[in-house]
Amino acid sequence: MGVAQAARLLAQGQVSSVELTAAFLSRCRAHESLGAFLHLDADGAIEQARAADARRAQAAPAGLLGALNGVPIAHKDIFVTQDAPTTAGSRMLQGYRSPFDATVVARLKAAGAVSLGKLNCDEFAMGSANENSAYFPAKNPWDTTRVPGGSSGGSATAVAAGLVAGCTGTDTGGSIRQPASFTGITGIKPTYGVCSRYGMIAFASSLDQAGPMARSAEDCALMLSAMAGFDERDSTSAHRASVDYTAEMRRSREGATAAQPLRGLRIGLPQEFFPAALADDVNGAVRAALAELEKLGATLVEVSLPRTELSIPVYYIIAPAEASSNLSRFDGVKFGHRASNYADLLDMYKKTRAEGFGAEVKRRIMIGTYVLSHGYYDAYYLQAQKLRRMIADDFQQCFTQCDVIAGPVAPTVAWKLGSGSDDPVQAYLADIFTLPASLAGLPGMSVPAGFGENGMPVGLQLIGNYFGEGVLLHAAHALQQATDFHLQTPEALR
Amino acid sequence: MALTPNDVSRIAHLARLEIDTPQQAAMLSQLNGFFAIVEQMSAVDTRGVEPLYTPLSALQSVELRLREDRVTEVVDRPANQRSAPAVHEGLFLVPKVIE
Repeated sequence: MGVAQAARLLAQGQVSSVELTAAFLSRCRAHESLGAFLHLDADGAIEQARAADARRAQAAPAGLLGALNGVPIAHKDIFVTQDAPTTAGSRMLQGYRSPFDATVVARLKAAGAVSLGKLNCDEFAMGSANENSAYFPAKNPWDTTRVPGGSSGGSATAVAAGLVAGCTGTDTGGSIRQPASFTGITGIKPTYGVCSRYGMIAFASSLDQAGPMARSAEDCALMLSAMAGFDERDSTSAHRASVDYTAEMRRSREGATAAQPLRGLRIGLPQEFFPAALADDVNGAVRAALAELEKLGATLVEVSLPRTELSIPVYYIIAPAEASSNLSRFDGVKFGHRASNYADLLDMYKKTRAEGFGAEVKRRIMIGTYVLSHGYYDAYYLQAQKLRRMIADDFQQCFTQCDVIAGPVAPTVAWKLGSGSDDPVQAYLADIFTLPASLAGLPGMSVPAGFGENGMPVGLQLIGNYFGEGVLLHAAHALQQATDFHLQTPEALR
Repeated sequence: MALTPNDVSRIAHLARLEIDTPQQAAMLSQLNGFFAIVEQMSAVDTRGVEPLYTPLSALQSVELRLREDRVTEVVDRPANQRSAPAVHEGLFLVPKVIE
């Protein structure tokens, strides 16, 4: 059951939040082996559900109730929460309790949502398979021997397995879109600045963005309406009027008909997103979804993003540079782990960080420290930021020819757990299709597009222009009215 | 231009990370593998291109906001220190740095 359906049933009084929450909690317990949750807060959730039911009983005029009143969700464990522990998937923050809620958490709470707990993720959101979680990997509900993607892997697993109605994720270089694609769910990374980063444990501040992960575009629109909005506590928050994304999703296009709701929509296909190395099954599912969009009235045009391949080194310079700076706060003094044996202050820092951080986090801190160090800054960091401008300009060139850009989310379907190569660079290369939009700060979405080899889900990526979330949700919704890929559930979980 | 073992220990020191000798060798080869794919960046002529430090500046002029100078936060010291590894009477404890 998705967010919109849960909200409807609650509003119609067909189910109480306590009943719904208890049902989701029992699914969470039954499927604990999927590793979706790092912390399940059963008692707290029931308490929140009771309060939601009481609010509904008191506030007879529905207008006074939050749009998500009583809907069971959960948060990626990268958002700090006052009522539950926050680890960011790291040993460094084992047992950490935040003195405040992240803005996104507070907004969803204010909209009435019930939080079941905290979802597994790659350590500090660094990874594409959830295997960098310091605790345990999350598993793909479609095939539990495969990864759910990352870094929002627990989020993707939870939605795909029906453990929550919807949940939060974060996306720095693809961490909402790629796991959504790998698990057959819908996820949107909004334009940079749409959702507040306050209380989202920082990885790469100029790239990090929160977004919803759920079953459908309709679910995502409902959640995003609650999550988004200006926040004076985030210096890069976009100063805009609040948006009703459900209304945006439903707004019909000029010249649209019932059979052709997307008439006049130009969808750009960057040739670089369909290289020879793209897996046949992914290519097939994506092309079939594009044909479906054509049937709905959209026209496909060829465009080019010539620096797609360059976005890999550009991203893997900028993101680690920002990470090395952000993660310097973990020094064993103010919060988190501290080594037990050390000679002096410097030794305490070094041992604390050596013990608290995992291998991938250390690698990125090393890369970031190096590219920012004296004598290398211009050649690496500055050059990467200049290329980033060129990549953003390439997108604007495309948007003179099309309204939305489409392509695959990832070059393959989800791979087997433990099959990742020892060479971390190989994993970086698989992020090729999600990195360009991240670098430019554009909104991107993964929409279920069918299934590839071994019945594994494939996502269609839609990229919009700045603040074009409504166009993406509209196109995804139209596709989901005509197809049922987003309604499929793994057989073992029915 | 490949990194040397010396570079790795220098960066590890700057990053305040203890990396033992066997780990250093693995880190060195991984970093060199990474910088091999970075080389393609340097071939691009970026003269005259303005760096894009924050993405929305591609769309609009981005300025740091100033807020009114008033008290907006209450300091809850016990809550803020709840997750600190060592505190004493409201202070964070660190190893002695001044003799």
